[in-house]
Amino acid sequence: MRYMMLVGTDPEGEQLEEDTTEAWVADVDGRGKRLIGDRLRPVDDATTVRVRKGELLITDGPFTESKDWIVGFDILECDDLDEAIEIASAHPMARAGRLELRPFWPFED
Amino acid sequence: MSADALRAAPDPGMRDALAAAVSTERVAIVATLIRITGDWDLAEDCVQDAVEKALARWPVDGAPRNPAAWLTTVARNRALDVLRRRQTERVKLAEVAIMDELERHGAAPEETITDDRLRLIFTCCHPALPVESRVALTLKTVAGLRTSEIARAFLTTGPTLSQRLLRAKRKISNAAIPYRVPPDHLLPERTSGVLAVVYLIFNAGYGTPDGDLAAEGLRLSRLLADLLPDDDEVRGLLALVLFQHARRAARFDAAGDLVPMEEQDRGAWDRTLIDEGRRQLRRAGSAGRPPGTYRLQAAIAGCHATAPDAGSTDWAAIVSHYDALLVAQPSPVIALNRAIAIGFCDGAVAGLMELDPVSEAPELAGYHLVPATRADFLRRLGRTAEAAAAYREAYDLAPSAADRRFIQRRLRECAP
Repeated sequence: MRYMMLVGTDPEGEQLEEDTTEAWVADVDGRGKRLIGDRLRPVDDATTVRVRKGELLITDGPFTESKDWIVGFDILECDDLDEAIEIASAHPMARAGRLELRPFWPFED
Repeated sequence: MSADALRAAPDPGMRDALAAAVSTERVAIVATLIRITGDWDLAEDCVQDAVEKALARWPVDGAPRNPAAWLTTVARNRALDVLRRRQTERVKLAEVAIMDELERHGAAPEETITDDRLRLIFTCCHPALPVESRVALTLKTVAGLRTSEIARAFLTTGPTLSQRLLRAKRKISNAAIPYRVPPDHLLPERTSGVLAVVYLIFNAGYGTPDGDLAAEGLRLSRLLADLLPDDDEVRGLLALVLFQHARRAARFDAAGDLVPMEEQDRGAWDRTLIDEGRRQLRRAGSAGRPPGTYRLQAAIAGCHATAPDAGSTDWAAIVSHYDALLVAQPSPVIALNRAIAIGFCDGAVAGLMELDPVSEAPELAGYHLVPATRADFLRRLGRTAEAAAAYREAYDLAPSAADRRFIQRRLRECAP
């Protein structure tokens, strides 16, 4: 099962002593559980795109008004949700922020 | 599920045989069919279908020698039929494998059946599901209640509850919540999650005069203790529920109002359940491991249940259990109950002193039992004017009419 792990901020998250993301990546990649992942630039650099009645609307900023935003993502390949939860809970941002696990929509056969 | 059909059965003897077979075998049949097919609705439909066939066949052919095996076979055959019919539309490799397993005859080993039932329970109570869905799914799939019965118990509508069940089953499938007994390193945490759901079900029924859900909670506690016989906390929950359920006939008066424990008719307490509670509590402690929160709560409930009258309650033992409980699970409500116990053990003055720091906890702000407890202490000390003021404060905060009636009664006792 493939999951998108969205890495989000949380104003109520814990302060981290050190960033252990590298070690997390090495471990998860070593187990072959991560297809790709990356950090994202802050929402200041985001652009929202819509087309309404044929007209292109371009606005500055993210499409959700929120105090929290997405700062990164990883695509995980796991046996089941329990494995994905275990991997997510080891990520430093599980403590400093929060992680959202979204299963991929499967290919119809 | 089949309660209405069962009630309509013509022959009482046959009806009892079928009811007994359904109540002991239903969970195992559903659990195994879900494991094999991965299809929750199919599993439940097939058991329902087997019960209906039994109602039609047994009066004609006589009840089978082994009703449980009969139901299992008929439910499995039904699953095979449904899958075969689906297969003509679209052949799927996975379904061929499923059908192979369904066709394998002979009873599954006891261990597999135990594991299947546990798989079902752990999946229903998975922490990735919202807690209301865990409760609803457990009542529907494990306890076998009808959607309308569950909806009524939780003061919601049938369609809302159906929607909740549907969403939960979809998430199990779409998010790949595993159908399994959690591995050892997850087991304690997940087991305590299951216990929380079962205790929630019990309490949902325990708070009302017609406690159908309390009986379901007791049944589920027993099932868990059968399936996880070496888990102290599982047995602790069973003991707790037994002690509490034993008091059910004495807990409400004719008007449906709660009767405080010290005023309950102890002759109406169920001795059989209390004795079983004591045996279960002893067995839970027999391995000598330190008690968890359910065992401690059971020990407290056991002190109450075994006291011949309110005056001879072993309050010193209760206070020491609360001390341990407060360490295991620090919470202002437990601290409040501990203060009440100290008030009975060492007198109302000691109780008031314990209550002071507890009543400042922000979590207890606006909780009517804080001023009500203070009022009780003051009343026992003969400080009636102060007691009356505290009862009035509690009256204004009380959440239900029954609570207000009870406080009003106390208030009258404080009238000069």
